[in-house]
Amino acid sequence: MAISVIGEFKDPTELLRAAKKTNKAGYKTFDAHSPFPIHGMDDAMDLKGSVLGWIVLCGGLTGCVAGFGLQAWVATEAYPLVISGKPLFSYQAFVPVTFEVTVLFAAFAAVFGMFGLNKLPQLYNRLFKHRDFSKKAASHGFFVSIASELDSDEASIVDFLKSIGATNVSGVKE
Amino acid sequence: MNRVIAEDPSKRTTLILGGHDFEGISDLVVKPIETKAPKWWHIALAFSFSLLMLLLSMIGFLIWEGVGVWGLNNPVSWGFAIVNFVFWVGIGHAGTLISAILFLFRQKWRTSVNRFAEAMTIFAVICALVFPGIHVGRVWVAYFMFPIPNQMSVWPNFRSPLLWDVFAVSTYFTVSLLFWYVGLIPDLAVLRDRAKTKIKKVVYGIFAMGWTGGNRAWQNYERAYLLLAALAAPLVLSVHSIVSFDFAVSQVPGWHTTIFPPYFVAGAIFSGFAMVVTLMILARQLFGMKDIMTMHHLECMNKIILATGTMVGYAYGMEFFTAWYSGNEYESFAFVNRAFGPYAWAYWIMISCNVLFPQLFWFKKIRTSIPAMFVISITVNIGMWFERFVITVTSLSRDFLPSSWGYYSPTWVDLCTFLGSFGLFFTLFLLFLKFLPMIAISEVKGVMPEAHAHDVKEGH
Repeated sequence: MAISVIGEFKDPTELLRAAKKTNKAGYKTFDAHSPFPIHGMDDAMDLKGSVLGWIVLCGGLTGCVAGFGLQAWVATEAYPLVISGKPLFSYQAFVPVTFEVTVLFAAFAAVFGMFGLNKLPQLYNRLFKHRDFSKKAASHGFFVSIASELDSDEASIVDFLKSIGATNVSGVKE
Repeated sequence: MNRVIAEDPSKRTTLILGGHDFEGISDLVVKPIETKAPKWWHIALAFSFSLLMLLLSMIGFLIWEGVGVWGLNNPVSWGFAIVNFVFWVGIGHAGTLISAILFLFRQKWRTSVNRFAEAMTIFAVICALVFPGIHVGRVWVAYFMFPIPNQMSVWPNFRSPLLWDVFAVSTYFTVSLLFWYVGLIPDLAVLRDRAKTKIKKVVYGIFAMGWTGGNRAWQNYERAYLLLAALAAPLVLSVHSIVSFDFAVSQVPGWHTTIFPPYFVAGAIFSGFAMVVTLMILARQLFGMKDIMTMHHLECMNKIILATGTMVGYAYGMEFFTAWYSGNEYESFAFVNRAFGPYAWAYWIMISCNVLFPQLFWFKKIRTSIPAMFVISITVNIGMWFERFVITVTSLSRDFLPSSWGYYSPTWVDLCTFLGSFGLFFTLFLLFLKFLPMIAISEVKGVMPEAHAHDVKEGH
């Protein structure tokens, strides 16, 4: 069984401070929830940079090769057409479609890569059992959640969150 | 509406008025979704929906009878369908420009406008996609446009600008839709958490995908948004450039010019922003969003309309210069014919609507006057429709040999189809206003002064 303990904070400044303290206290599986991204939070939580850029690069390169390859193959092998006496492999004319397919694949990689990294869609999340979290987190609440595999940790995490100034602290079970 | 423009240029203009807190912003934006739709909304929807039915019956009639029901004739084989296609695609440029290019330039005022403009983009591109689809004549073989393996082993010609256009516009539609949806996810989570009925909770919940606003997710989310903006910025410039290749790569005098790509892009932004201003004026008034879509936002939009309108005016002048300077008599004739030939009436409507009226935005009084900007934004869209009409029809009707000249007039089917496309656009737009947040809630909160954390020293 796993649990999460959730505590509420007043505003972005308080949340940033709390995230810093939580990180310093050695908790690894915690998150800071806010209705909008807060500048400086990645450093406060000591997060590494997102790897999404590399996923998008792969997507873009795949699109580039696929788009150009499709055109080259169609023009020279699958259905060679002589247009105005131009060479069959007239790569200059393939630029626009190659560009479009590159952008298309890169955009899919960006969106679905982001879903993958964030483990979305998530059909069930125990955090929503916290009444105020489920009402406020997306709109105007600022929360820290700390997860643990051991139910027995609950009391100590509750005490910790209270000690760094959280209100409305309670644990939610799986 | 008081003056909200910062008089002291060293200070940033306040973007959100009315002293709302974070919850207040959610309440304000979500209000039209949570309350019963006003009467005017039902009337407008009924009206738009009947125009949409008109569009569908015109398309049905076209497919049943054939393209002969349109006014196309032998020299003028591109008429209303192509004009309307370029017109709607052009309108569809504002959204992605606002969301991508202004995002990369860190123009924070965009947050109040972008959701709205992106929705408009998507609906305008849907309207645009209808026209080439039905223009092919035999719509049941429209799949020939895509590189799909088929039993005839026939593949599309990738050296044709018309095929580039298929890729450009469909990529643009897909990427705009992805961008719009990614932006919507945190706001859908707000709707999910506030939902009162089970159905709403489930539907908004599915689309919000379990978003909790955790910073670990925000980190990837922000990166995805940035990358999408970086991808969409060159995309938005490429789309209308490629649309202009449909004309510029041909040999027809008046079409075969290298100025077309930038000229089309500037015109697209011009018409798109004008459409956003028209709709914004109505929406902020009718839904009480004046604290978020302030006069400052409208003024910023009007400045861009002025800038792009001036670029379009420059392009009109430069086309004449190039035609004269080229010494090519077909080219020179094409332009003299535009201004003084049988379609001179259309040309002068275009010049007055696109070049003259927007210049009034040099005056701050006009730039910040709601009635003035409403009228000008509508004239811009009329003017931009006529621009495409002038380019498409005048050149075709007077090409190389006088023996093949002709005159094009639309039939009632052409006119009703065009009118009907507004029904499609407004039906989708009205549904959007009712069921989705018309303002990007989380982005607006992010640019409020309260959103910045002030703790930097502690812990370092």
